[in-house]
Amino acid sequence: MLIARVVGELVATYKHPSHEGRKILLVQPLNLDGTNRGVALVALDSVDAGIGDKVLVVTEGFGACTAVGPTLQPIDMAVIGFIDHIDLLPGVS
Amino acid sequence: MYLGRVVGCVWSTVKNANLEGQRMLVIQPVTPELANAGQRIICTDYTGAGAGEIIYWVRGREASYALLPKEPATDTTVVAIVDSIHLKPAAAPEPTPPAAAAPPPAKGRKPSRKANSC
Repeated sequence: MLIARVVGELVATYKHPSHEGRKILLVQPLNLDGTNRGVALVALDSVDAGIGDKVLVVTEGFGACTAVGPTLQPIDMAVIGFIDHIDLLPGVS
Repeated sequence: MYLGRVVGCVWSTVKNANLEGQRMLVIQPVTPELANAGQRIICTDYTGAGAGEIIYWVRGREASYALLPKEPATDTTVVAIVDSIHLKPAAAPEPTPPAAAAPPPAKGRKPSRKANSC
């Protein structure tokens, strides 16, 4: 799973039926210190996240499918939770 | 899922039987600002996307679920055509201080009218 920030939303009229009725979010993965980590990803929403929220993103098919809906769907990324706070040991960053 | 742009088509005459009749596209991964990001890949196509269109694609075993019941031998499939992208507006730049900012008035002295006139 990844820590990420929601940076935008997509609109797609023609898409797989399993993506209909779901928010399609652009999420930017983050390092623990809050800096960007790689390029932004597209994830389906399962917790009603919005732009600016710090979220938890699952990046594997089975987890993403079960979070969003039935299995055997072409979904490989989903927002599955909000991150309120991260506690780290001293010296870990 | 990952954002990309369709930049070409792949033709293959001899291939896995489950891939018969399946379009295969050359996809350039892009950032939300539509700048190129990373190397091009080949994706099977669920949508019928045309050249130049912005799409997003699925990676892994789930890619073949888009093409049920055939479940062809693929690991990346285009599953949607993107109409628009709404990004969080960039943070407003810090207001620049006035060019000739008046120095703080000296202690015990009344500031002059000129210093406050701007």
